Amino acid sequence: MSEIIVVTSGKGGVGKTTSSGSLACGLARRNKRVAVVDFDIGLRNLDLIMGCERRVVYDFVNVIQGDASLKQALIRDRRFDNLSILAASQTRDKDALSQEGVERVLEELKAEFDYVICDSPAGIERGAHLAMYFADHAIVVVNPEVSSVRDSDRVLGLLSSKSKRAEQGRGKIVEHLLLTRYAPDRVERGEMMSIKDVEDILGIKVLGVIPESPEVLQASNAGVPVIMDEQSKAGMAYDDAVARLLGEQRPLRFLEPEKKGFFQRLFRG
Amino acid sequence: MGLFDWFRTTQRNTAGTAKERLLIIVAQERAQRDSEDYLPTMKRELLEVIRKYIKVPESAVQVQLHRDGNEERLELTVSLPESKPL
Repeated sequence: MSEIIVVTSGKGGVGKTTSSGSLACGLARRNKRVAVVDFDIGLRNLDLIMGCERRVVYDFVNVIQGDASLKQALIRDRRFDNLSILAASQTRDKDALSQEGVERVLEELKAEFDYVICDSPAGIERGAHLAMYFADHAIVVVNPEVSSVRDSDRVLGLLSSKSKRAEQGRGKIVEHLLLTRYAPDRVERGEMMSIKDVEDILGIKVLGVIPESPEVLQASNAGVPVIMDEQSKAGMAYDDAVARLLGEQRPLRFLEPEKKGFFQRLFRG
Repeated sequence: MGLFDWFRTTQRNTAGTAKERLLIIVAQERAQRDSEDYLPTMKRELLEVIRKYIKVPESAVQVQLHRDGNEERLELTVSLPESKPL
């Protein structure tokens, strides 16, 4: 039974695409058949994060409009045979995605893959709505920062009411919280909200906590999702999140500030 | 905290402030969301009840939710059709 997972947030720049890319690779590494779809029409970026930007020939809108078959548009990942990417279109026509079209493509993907990951655009407009509408699971990406937390609550409200599952009475979308850009040292200094703070406000537990780390930018520079960097804390934290998504019990890690040397302490390194 | 931080003004716990502000605004926005959800249904059902006794157009029933601080007031206006002279 295949599942549709939407990665969403409301606010932009919190790490939706980074998370979509890493979760997709993480599931593929566990031998799941995975398709990851970029819903950010007009602002294609998932291809860059996945490192396949030069292999995009056809995109999501081409498939919906019948200009290409799904098979032609799917880009097979170079690292995993069982992972494919469907790029967003660069068209400026915001109505290029139709609800029927999206449903048809998702159904076709479900027939071939175990997991279909929908990388939502920011905001709560049409693209974001369509990305979440058909989902079974939602991963709400949130930063420990006021506007991001407020927007996530808004999105959680939409997820519980504006989904096909809810409308058909098939139960709710299963909601997960992914806390990214977490800086334990700043939390310790009272500069940043803690995991518990965010959980208390939103009323749901975190699926994972991704520490703020330089490897995330390096990974996107290179077009290799950070989960592939098995030495990095962010990579390991994403892998934990994937394991938990599949039902494994794993304790949260990387929540303590790094021990600093004497000189680093002295000069606030 | 570094040695030189001692010379800086004492830091405030801004994370605590953020949490307090968010708890309030999120609760408020949720209440709004939930109440807005039932208003259209309630309006339709009220109209059905009224129509059992009086023949009124759909526009005759107006439902509005007012908020003043902690107080909420539901205003229901039913405009009755002009009665015909006997």
